[in-house]
Amino acid sequence: MPLFSFVLRRILQMIPTVVFILVVTFVLVRLLPGDPASAMLGDRAIDADVERINASLGLDKPIPIQFLYFVKNVFTGDLGTSIALKLPVTTIIMQRLPVTLMLTLMAALLALILAVPLAFLAALKREQTADAVIRGTFQVGLSMPVFYVGILMLTVFGATLKWFPVGGYGDTFGDRLYHLFLPALTLAFSFSAVLMRNLRSSVIGVINAEYVDFARAKGLRPRTIMIRHVLRNALISTVTLFGLQIGTLFGGAVITETVFAVPGAGRLMIDSIYGRDYPVLQGLTIALAVLVSLTFLATDIFQAWLDPRIAR
Amino acid sequence: MSMAIEKMGTYARFRQLALPRTLICGMVIIGVSLLIAFFPALFAPYDPIAFDYKALLKGPTLAHPFGTDSFGRDVLSRVIHAYTIDMQIAVFATVGPFIFGTIVGAYVGYAGGLAEATFGRVVDAVITFPFLVLVIAIVSVLGPGLANMYIAVGIVGWVFYARLVAAEVKVQKRLDYADAGRVMGYTPMRIVFRHLLPNAITPAIVYWMTDMALAILLGSSLGYLGLGAQPPAAEWGVQIADGKNFMSTAWWISVFPGIAIVITGLGFSLLGDGLAQLMRVRR
Amino acid sequence: MRVGIGTGLGLTVRGLTTLFDTPRGTALAVADVDLDVAPGEMVGLVGESGSGKSVTLRSIMGLVQTPGHVTGRVEWGGRDLVAMPSEELRRIRGSEIAMIFQEPMTALNPVLPVGLQLEENLVAHTRLNARERRARALELMTIVGIPAAERRLNEFPHQFSGGMRQRAMIAIALACSPKLLLADEPTTALDVTIQDQILKLLLDLRDRLAMSVLLVTHDLGVIAGTCDRMAVMYAGRIVEMGSVVDVFSQPHHPYTRGLLGSVPRAGAVRTMLSSIEGTPPSLTHLPAGCAFHPRCSFATEICRQERPPLTSIGHERKAACFHHDRVAAAEAIL
Repeated sequence: MPLFSFVLRRILQMIPTVVFILVVTFVLVRLLPGDPASAMLGDRAIDADVERINASLGLDKPIPIQFLYFVKNVFTGDLGTSIALKLPVTTIIMQRLPVTLMLTLMAALLALILAVPLAFLAALKREQTADAVIRGTFQVGLSMPVFYVGILMLTVFGATLKWFPVGGYGDTFGDRLYHLFLPALTLAFSFSAVLMRNLRSSVIGVINAEYVDFARAKGLRPRTIMIRHVLRNALISTVTLFGLQIGTLFGGAVITETVFAVPGAGRLMIDSIYGRDYPVLQGLTIALAVLVSLTFLATDIFQAWLDPRIAR
Repeated sequence: MSMAIEKMGTYARFRQLALPRTLICGMVIIGVSLLIAFFPALFAPYDPIAFDYKALLKGPTLAHPFGTDSFGRDVLSRVIHAYTIDMQIAVFATVGPFIFGTIVGAYVGYAGGLAEATFGRVVDAVITFPFLVLVIAIVSVLGPGLANMYIAVGIVGWVFYARLVAAEVKVQKRLDYADAGRVMGYTPMRIVFRHLLPNAITPAIVYWMTDMALAILLGSSLGYLGLGAQPPAAEWGVQIADGKNFMSTAWWISVFPGIAIVITGLGFSLLGDGLAQLMRVRR
Repeated sequence: MRVGIGTGLGLTVRGLTTLFDTPRGTALAVADVDLDVAPGEMVGLVGESGSGKSVTLRSIMGLVQTPGHVTGRVEWGGRDLVAMPSEELRRIRGSEIAMIFQEPMTALNPVLPVGLQLEENLVAHTRLNARERRARALELMTIVGIPAAERRLNEFPHQFSGGMRQRAMIAIALACSPKLLLADEPTTALDVTIQDQILKLLLDLRDRLAMSVLLVTHDLGVIAGTCDRMAVMYAGRIVEMGSVVDVFSQPHHPYTRGLLGSVPRAGAVRTMLSSIEGTPPSLTHLPAGCAFHPRCSFATEICRQERPPLTSIGHERKAACFHHDRVAAAEAIL
């Protein structure tokens, strides 16, 4: 059961990271200029009112105490109340985060569908025309900023051809898939380029490995060799890349949600930064950081499953 | 088979006398871009912020090859003048992180131990976070504008360089010539900077090229969001934002600046790839 | 369990030639090689790196891909392997003819359990069910001498020691009871004591399973200890062939002489190790005439102009040298 102990070890390793995240978020938010009370009441606030509200938010207590309250609240699910929307932060996040998650997952899937077959093709036809065309196209895609791709997609497929709706979210699950398709494709565009590049060199490395020759010497079917020997080994380094790209993916999601007016966590983040809505900002940061850590954990575990040398 | 393949390596080494094609393409594109960036007035037919109310939203014509925007400004001239700002972004946003990151990375890579462990945690934390969001957060705290963007990128961007250099230095310090330096009594500082670093810095330089392409993407994204260069300055992201509401009627306002971004980004990427190829051959 | 069409005729290679298109020209890796391996025989193929011995093995197995081209005839069981369609060849590979590689750490897939790598051979070529495959796998592990076979089958290559990995590779190769084993430097990557064990294992298997072996190595000691017949390769061609006893006692080619002379011998009078001057030629720019002439102390004008063909000089004895009598008459080395 080496895999099991590996998973356990990694989960335990996550704990200090989570603590670190909480501390950093706490500190950063407190460092931001302006205090929530002034933000809420505006420029013409009276000092007494500001003090009153600050007290009600617990901002007059010493910092360490505040931190303890903070941690307690986080674990009981109380992330405060949004200054702008006057709703509990947890509620707002629960409304908006799933949207972004859906968008990101769709984008990741589309990126894989685009990248994997083409990476294989490029690797197998290395240095030939097909390879150059594939790499060139993806390189151009990589050089296009996300908002540019988004605007083009929106105009061509949304406004002009009217194949897809021009932004928004939709109501039913199917409807949402429909609305999110263009934004997901936009995100997938540059993500697939990064994946393709990595997977291609991975496959090239693997295809020339001795064990592939040995597999051929064993007289295995070509398909067996491709899937069990080549793909599995080539994926190992690409999985790591997947995890590392999560941050970039979210950044892209922020922009995509802006372009397509999708009510997701990305836009929420921008809005709360602009509007100095600290509770929301704080809550989102924590949620985001935890999600990213979980993603890292998941990719690490998947990688260890693929490559048993890691779990040692 | 072993001999034939061996000889291919030697052949590749012969080819180092001629530079890789990608490197040449990259140098041409960036060279032209720099030229335009330094002397925009030579290339641009009009003043980039001059309004012309008689020619609003006109399509591409001989007089205005890239058309005009909603203020009657010539899009071509704006795209050309934007080279200055965007190339500036490419350099200023990356050079600080490059230098600072290399120095820190060299130290961490050589010192190892606690420095390495701490650095590892820092790296984890930074790469965990979406770069763009971090930059946006810092910029919105400091206020919009390019200077603040450089600060924001600088605070976070050095980590990527440090990571690369630290890994290379770590490898290099195990090699024999580093031991030779120690045996001869050189101070660690001298070993690191005069001997290890010239070899270890190669991946950082290659990354720098790609980073410049990324810096333009970042800069134009912020420009699009209104957090970077401020209107009426000509910057590609800002231009694309200007034209986003006119995509169906006046597509040229947004499309052409975007093409400029792509070409310049490709130029830097080719430069980076070409350099990497050159370095690989030299090894 | 016997798989494979009855051969009884062994392996016959005629005119095997392998070319590679490289940026620097066409490399002639294997030129006009004729070989025979009789059933139950162990034939050694010896030469320096770059002599073409590994490529010969891979050409026989059909493992050479573009930019390589293989021509010639490789007869096995009445069929020509070179001309055969790839699907048919695939069925022979691994079942009738097996190959083991030099470095077991890289030849075994690091992320798959050893047992799986063994059983997939059985899956590809037999109709055994899972239980039967497992049984066969255990049997094979025991034959090659790996203890605690049950546990080992579930482990990964990195958990095995060097010698055990090589045994595992042999076990995988033997899965379908091949009639011919091609061994590409099987002991080069191992230390001397393990080398010995593996060679003994190969000999043992040859006897028990009536298997032919074509053993490629650069180590003359290995050939001396195991092979019946041998062939010496230089610059892609066979330059001498015969029984091991004959060749060692009286080499007829200057290169063979050089090889034998460069092996240090314990217990003999200490003299300077004779080595062969110069380096092997580039396969894209072979010298005119005899490929060995720039390094040969017996060379004359004709050697610079014409390439000596591999001629028969006795019973099952061949050499490719215009001056082979002079070479044979020269002072004995061993």
